[in-house]
Amino acid sequence: MTTGALLPVFALMTSLTAAVIIFTLPEQKHQLRTAVNLIAAVLKLLLVGLMIWGVFQGREYGISFPMIPGVEFVLRADALAMLFAGLSASWWLLTTVYAVGYLEDSPNRSRFFGFFSLCVASTMGIALAGNLFTFFLFYEMLTLSTYPLVVHRGTQQALRAGRTYIIYTLTGGAVLLFGIAMLHGFSGDLPFRPGGHFADMSPDLQAPLTLVFVILIAGLGVKAAIVPLHGWLPTAMVAPAPVSALLHAVAVVKAGAFGIVRVVFEIYGLETANALGLLWGLAAIAAFTIIYGSARALSQSDLKRRLAFSTVSQVSYIILGLCLAGPVGVAGGLVHLVHQGVMKITLFFCAGNYAETLGIHRIDELDGAGRRMPGTSVAFTLAAFGMIGTPPLAGFITKWTMGTGALAAGMDWVIAVLVISSLLNAAYFLPVLNRIWFREQKNAWPEERQWGRFETSAWLLWPPLITAGFLVLAGLLASASFSPLGWVELIVAREVDL
Amino acid sequence: MTLWLMAGLLFTPLAWAVLTLLAGFRRGRVVTWLGIAIQVLVSLALWAVVVRDGGFQYPLGGWQAPLGIELRVDGLAVTFVLLTALVAAASGLHAGFYLDPDKQWHRYFWPLFWFLWAGLNVVWLGNDLFNLYVGLELISLSAVGLVALGGQSEALRAALRYLMAALLGSLAYLLGVALFYGEFGSLSLSGIASALGQDSSGDGTGFALVLMLFGLALKTALFPMHRWLPPAHGIARSPVSALLSALVVKGSFYIAARLWLELGAPLGSLALAQLLGLLGGMAVFWGGWQALRQRKLKQVVAYSSVAQIGYLFLLFPLTWNTTEAAALQAQQAMTLQVISHALAKAAMFLSAGNLIMSVGSNRVNALAGVSHFLPFSLFSFGLAGVSLMGLPPTGGFAAKWLFLQASLATGQWWWLVVLLGGGLLSAAYVFRVYRASFVEDSNIDHFFHPARRLEIIPMILALLSLGLGLMAEPVLSVMALTFANGEGT
Repeated sequence: MTTGALLPVFALMTSLTAAVIIFTLPEQKHQLRTAVNLIAAVLKLLLVGLMIWGVFQGREYGISFPMIPGVEFVLRADALAMLFAGLSASWWLLTTVYAVGYLEDSPNRSRFFGFFSLCVASTMGIALAGNLFTFFLFYEMLTLSTYPLVVHRGTQQALRAGRTYIIYTLTGGAVLLFGIAMLHGFSGDLPFRPGGHFADMSPDLQAPLTLVFVILIAGLGVKAAIVPLHGWLPTAMVAPAPVSALLHAVAVVKAGAFGIVRVVFEIYGLETANALGLLWGLAAIAAFTIIYGSARALSQSDLKRRLAFSTVSQVSYIILGLCLAGPVGVAGGLVHLVHQGVMKITLFFCAGNYAETLGIHRIDELDGAGRRMPGTSVAFTLAAFGMIGTPPLAGFITKWTMGTGALAAGMDWVIAVLVISSLLNAAYFLPVLNRIWFREQKNAWPEERQWGRFETSAWLLWPPLITAGFLVLAGLLASASFSPLGWVELIVAREVDL
Repeated sequence: MTLWLMAGLLFTPLAWAVLTLLAGFRRGRVVTWLGIAIQVLVSLALWAVVVRDGGFQYPLGGWQAPLGIELRVDGLAVTFVLLTALVAAASGLHAGFYLDPDKQWHRYFWPLFWFLWAGLNVVWLGNDLFNLYVGLELISLSAVGLVALGGQSEALRAALRYLMAALLGSLAYLLGVALFYGEFGSLSLSGIASALGQDSSGDGTGFALVLMLFGLALKTALFPMHRWLPPAHGIARSPVSALLSALVVKGSFYIAARLWLELGAPLGSLALAQLLGLLGGMAVFWGGWQALRQRKLKQVVAYSSVAQIGYLFLLFPLTWNTTEAAALQAQQAMTLQVISHALAKAAMFLSAGNLIMSVGSNRVNALAGVSHFLPFSLFSFGLAGVSLMGLPPTGGFAAKWLFLQASLATGQWWWLVVLLGGGLLSAAYVFRVYRASFVEDSNIDHFFHPARRLEIIPMILALLSLGLGLMAEPVLSVMALTFANGEGT
């Protein structure tokens, strides 16, 4: 076994080790804990960077061993895995920085950061899982490790949200397990493989395969917040802002979407899934979710709740992209995995800054916030324009690529969905921007707090500025080979031979 | 060599029972430490020998079956011997520091503990129906004594109720044994099995099997005969509850499983197999539902045992008249469930004991806000809970996965409802405890941290139960070892 084979294990171990160390540290050792957190995050980013470089050159890293009779534990770094791993490793670093600032002076930090690290370890496992079974293992670990984060504040509202969250996700997990067990029952242990396993299946497998597909998507759809399985997401927004960022941008919803990508691409195969007529149904649900989420976002007066419904809508772009079943459309969907992440994480960071610095939770309290917090507001504005799809920001790249893909696939109605959704995005983001920049401040801020020499604590200010910068660069440099889009095109070239 | 080891496993506990009977609590504790060390080493040695050479059957004292005491050990038996050593050692060490040495009657913990251990080893290693009965009685009587050790009138009531159930179970079992002896003139399990294979004269003995299974199911607290278990396991001192839930109920279940696997094919029926599975399924739901409704922490854990025992009974329908591969999967699932439940439940009771000690109350709601103090025991409790929910990568998950596969392979899809629904129900009652611990607006401001040695023991057990899922393959490969010198002697 070479060290290369162990790279995925190391990447996983960095955050697991960090979790164990943090849990054993006493509550008062704040600086040491922050150091452990940051070292682990940087180390992980380096390891993932190393793997990305290797995978780019065509290498594959992996390790496997038998776990239960008939089932292997497989970790494998391929191009698709690296997309998600890179996303989670880089945003983990920023979210950690942000969380350190956000939770300053609050209790239970040891517990928070311990589970936070476990959560990121699960995300890494989800990215690197080499078969459905290993994927499921980390998928459930993610559920368990995010629960303490959601209920972190311990208020009745938080506990209720936690209960909703856990009921939805564990039930989804049980459904997913059912699907995986059925699939295993008639075809054995299936490693993820480009092109899938059912390219030349016998006709009598068609009916059970269709059934299993529906079950798998229903299970994964809970975390991916597909309507009508999205109910937990708006409720869970009572969690602290860094947790929301994690739930919405990096870990939970992405785990669901990523699982759907794996199932469609590497278990069924895009072509087989299309031939079975499964993608049509999925596309219809995704399109409905996109419109529904945006429409619900319009009527929310709480800022984080509006963002939550926007997530419901945006995650389904990824799924809709897959259903376009052509190289361009698929690239549009996959790249949104990263783009939605970077935009949504920026928005939640900013919402957290408004809440922590000025005590603002409702949208009508935002009047004049731009003057008081220019840095945060610029980042927020960029991300909002990105979501709407203004060129040259990241969101535009997604929508443009998906639009071209839809035309190529002959699914013109998708263009209509994209346009309606963009209009709705504009309808719920522009009034917010209007209040931030063009309204005069009417009342005193609900709960203002002076924090350092900038508009807010530097720990809170830098992360959204960096992610906002990234979402501009992802758009401007989209044609470079190391942009998200470039990497996705590499994936598509390797995964899909259409 | 093997014989000496097996004899050591049986006689050391008996000798230590007598020794500790003569000593007080504190001296008994020191004596017990030595005994635990010996037992663990001997169990490990036996395990190593079986891994190297395979299993053995041995007539003790030169008497051949059907008269003498016949000992046998195979991969499954030695796995359970080792499991017993592990859990008993953990509970014994924990009890030494947990029980109040100044209470007069606590000195009887040690002899009862050792009698229990002896009885368990007799059950794992015995090969004839009467010896198994002796082991079973030894277990039941010492278990009842241990429950009564709680001291209060409530504990005595629970113990008495337990005693009634145990005696009724033994009686049914003994009747069945007598019927078998009358029919075949043999008490050896393998002897009866081979006699049954030769001719079909044993038609009348189907009733005997049903009787024995009834008695054993009563002792295992299978729904709806479970009513004695929650009060007994709930009221006992925590290390005792750990022993009872982790090991005692498994003793009677092990005999039932062996009877079924050796005699089930000729004597059982589809209806009987499905009935046992159905009762198991109902146990999963009823036990889970009741666990969700209990106010006291240890009652939650006790009802969870009722539910978890239910899974074990899926063995019966999944091995009756099914393909060899599916039957093997079901047996593997059963073994993993026994091991992981034993480890997780012992961890849970021990950590529940620590938590109760810390907050000074046995109610679930008294845990409000304790996660604030980062109690180590809450973490152990949580980890054990993950295994009970059957989430990966725990041993409980591995067992559930294999049960799922066996159900699908045999086309008995209705067990999927039990397996998946039961998992969700256990998540519900485990999360109820977590939820209480996260409440922030409670006004507790102090928390008594138990000694580290008390906290580390459940943590080790919980981690083992977690790791079992990752290590299931090697554990199962030991379990699959049969006799080196062929079936029977």
